[in-house]
Amino acid sequence: MSVDTADNSTVRADGQHNSLLVAQLREQFGGQLLHEQGTLTGMPVLWVSRGALVDVLTTLRQLPEHPFEMLFDLSAIDERLRSRRHGLPESDFTVFYQLLSVSGNRDILLKVALSERDLSLPTVTPVYRNANWYEREVWDMYGVRFEGHPNLSRILMPPTWNGHPLRKDHHARATEVDPYEMTVESQEREQEAMQFQPEDWGMQRQSESTEFMFLNLGPNHPSAHGAFRIVLQLDGEEIIDCVPDIGYHHRGAEKMAERQSWHSFIPYTDRIDYVGGVMNNLPYVMAVEKLAGIEVTARIQTVRVMMSELFRITSHLLFLGTYLQDLGAMSPVFYTFTDRQKGYEVIEAITGFRMHPAWFRIGGLMQDLPKGWDKLVQGFVDWMPARLNEYEKVMMENSMVRDRTRHIAAFDTANALDWGVTGPNLRATGCDFDLRKQRPYSGYENFDFEVPLGSNGDAFDRGQLRIEEMRQSVKILQQCVNNMPEGDYKADHPLTTPPPRERMLEHIETLITHFLQVSWGPVLPANESLQMVEATKGINSYYLTSDGSTMSYRTRIRTPSFPHLQQIPDLMRGGFVPDLIAHLGSLDFVMADVDR
Amino acid sequence: MSQMLANLRPEWLTPAVMDIFVAMLQALVILLAAVLVGAILTVIERRLLGWWQDRYGPNRVGPFGSLQLIADMIKIFFKEDWIPPFADKTLFVLAPAIAMASLLLSFMIIPITPGWGVADWNIGLLFFLAMGGINVYSVLLGGWASANKYALIGAMRSSAQTISYEVFMGLSLMGVVAMAGSFNLRDIVNAQQGLWFIVPQFLGFCNFLIAGFAVVHRHPFDQPEAEQELADGYHIEYSSMKFGMFFIGEYVGMLLISALVATLFLGGWHGPWLPPIVWFAIKTGVFLALFILVRAALPRPRYDRVMTFGWVVCLPLTLINLLVTGAVILLVAPG
Repeated sequence: MSVDTADNSTVRADGQHNSLLVAQLREQFGGQLLHEQGTLTGMPVLWVSRGALVDVLTTLRQLPEHPFEMLFDLSAIDERLRSRRHGLPESDFTVFYQLLSVSGNRDILLKVALSERDLSLPTVTPVYRNANWYEREVWDMYGVRFEGHPNLSRILMPPTWNGHPLRKDHHARATEVDPYEMTVESQEREQEAMQFQPEDWGMQRQSESTEFMFLNLGPNHPSAHGAFRIVLQLDGEEIIDCVPDIGYHHRGAEKMAERQSWHSFIPYTDRIDYVGGVMNNLPYVMAVEKLAGIEVTARIQTVRVMMSELFRITSHLLFLGTYLQDLGAMSPVFYTFTDRQKGYEVIEAITGFRMHPAWFRIGGLMQDLPKGWDKLVQGFVDWMPARLNEYEKVMMENSMVRDRTRHIAAFDTANALDWGVTGPNLRATGCDFDLRKQRPYSGYENFDFEVPLGSNGDAFDRGQLRIEEMRQSVKILQQCVNNMPEGDYKADHPLTTPPPRERMLEHIETLITHFLQVSWGPVLPANESLQMVEATKGINSYYLTSDGSTMSYRTRIRTPSFPHLQQIPDLMRGGFVPDLIAHLGSLDFVMADVDR
Repeated sequence: MSQMLANLRPEWLTPAVMDIFVAMLQALVILLAAVLVGAILTVIERRLLGWWQDRYGPNRVGPFGSLQLIADMIKIFFKEDWIPPFADKTLFVLAPAIAMASLLLSFMIIPITPGWGVADWNIGLLFFLAMGGINVYSVLLGGWASANKYALIGAMRSSAQTISYEVFMGLSLMGVVAMAGSFNLRDIVNAQQGLWFIVPQFLGFCNFLIAGFAVVHRHPFDQPEAEQELADGYHIEYSSMKFGMFFIGEYVGMLLISALVATLFLGGWHGPWLPPIVWFAIKTGVFLALFILVRAALPRPRYDRVMTFGWVVCLPLTLINLLVTGAVILLVAPG
């Protein structure tokens, strides 16, 4: 494998850099910084007092050098049942703010402790615009109030829901509560609650010259890519304003993670970005491996990269077909599905499953590669390039496609960072930020590939860039075929789950471990870890909190599609309905990745 | 012998009455054929699309899917014929009837072979343009009566689009009319014995074809129903045979435009060796296939671009064509 040393120099800011930052903050805020927590997240974790939160965030955002441009994630933890939190500040509910600096390639995690009796925080929407939806989610899930928030209402759960689901005292399973009943009255009440009220969103029903039409697009609409609703305020076909409404695909994946063993949660991750397959397993198992202290072999890393890139291609192919279909071209989707089928044949032969293989394991893989895998992958690698050229020639060079997408829903890098946009949508603005290069994981530093960039950040660039990304993924696949390292497909570690079967049949110790891990699941040491990966749609991360048990205490899943949808109104004001459809197609989101 | 037959004939059955019977029979056959071809086209389109898109298309009912049409008809007839409680009932029922009837009536003027055809009118082309104008009402009323916002936007788009494109649709035919010196389609066909009008009237041909796509709102001019944007637009609330009439109406419209292009620009039934009816069918079929191929090949332009294209590109071209044609005719004309 060719080693790209040039990029290793840009590998993330070192510990010294971070300690300088912490020292600087300490100097400025003194006693307001309550505690610096040691974790396995790979970034400084600071507990901040409630009063200083907005100031600290403003300071970090406006640092003269390498400011934290992006609010990467914002969520909370119900700490009331957590037993192993020695030395941490007293807290019933902890809200955390994860910031990302693209220019400095570093992160910081801020935590604020809240008491059960006083669950309120100042909103940070004036500092980070995209905090809006995240704060609504925290309100929805934990019941934390954000003072000054523009419209603090439920976002994932129905408006009529009782309780806050991610609280530890909220039931996790339907069997824990009375059977659900729907009466005519309750149905009408629910439907009444779904009625869109423009006044709630500060919208006018009419202007001096015209009466606006409020068009309810979705949750069932051919171009909504799943159960997504967006209410449009229209003047003719011009969009004056719009309100995306999400939550129709919410399945409580984060809650389920608290009721599944570390091992048995893996299949749930497949269904987060449901076209990303094992790409979803990767950040989860890597975060778990950090907690467990498992180092995997080069073969495991390379196989993981290979399977992830295969899924990147199938996901991008789905994108390309539906993107062009949203522009009204009906044929390309059939061609890209033919290609996807070829990809899935390879995936099926290797993993035994097509869309959701759940094939990665804690400390390894489910199986070794089957005999003849290289011929299959090679076949796919040989098939793709000609097809990609064809798509480019037939569709991306078509003047109607260009007319529909050029300068449509365009945004620049600053706007993208402001809204938390990551992945191809960010790179289409010309921002060179790809975690596979910037923070190589799972052995990406050993591969020779390029990160394609756009320049206009419009719907066209977002489409064109993904075709180029597929070419690069094909290149990575070729390198996997040529240089697959030898080695075990499971790491030699007691927490590798399940342990190698061959050894289980020979040693009583391994047999016992196997039995325990299969019946109870592995017990991971109490700590916190986090892993980000460059997933198909942007940066996907798993932030795990272990309380030293067989189950996760808190699993925070940060998905890329969530902020992408939040950005829509900012771009669509003044556009036309067909532009919105083109934009939705070019965003590449799936609702499961939004709602989790 | 003929004397004998004449004796057998009842008193009222004069040759004039016989002619009426024959004409009625012809009209009936042409009407049924138009509807049937329109219906069969729904299946042919799916098979052709399947072929062009590397897939099979409907191939399960009967040999090669040939009986698919029957299955579809059974399905569509037995669907619940639902009229939304919030709809304007009269208009809601009237709209699909207009859609189907206006297009079917237009078939009257098309001369299929020297002996076949329903009406031999001197206002032939004008009648077609009038029927095309009436056809707009089906979409407009259907969209309005549905009391659905998507349907309303679809209807709005449709009326704007059709009105824009009808302007130069009529004008694009005037070159043909000027060269043939008649609105009668039989005269137009006969005027093409030496040279098909597609050659001298190429601009007119292009413009008429584009306008034809727009008037029957086939892709890429399917703005009124744009599935990805309006989720089927003006007929979103229609079900069962009411939807069926819109649906078949679209294919009848395709057939009509194809037949008209064949008649006006490709010399109608004229052609060597083969019988006239075969020539007519071949020419019409080529354009039907073109309709379907365009749908498979192109994305949909934005609605405002469609309007701009009509007014800024097509209309001036049509006018230039008309001017040049007029000038040439004046120059060549004797005396």
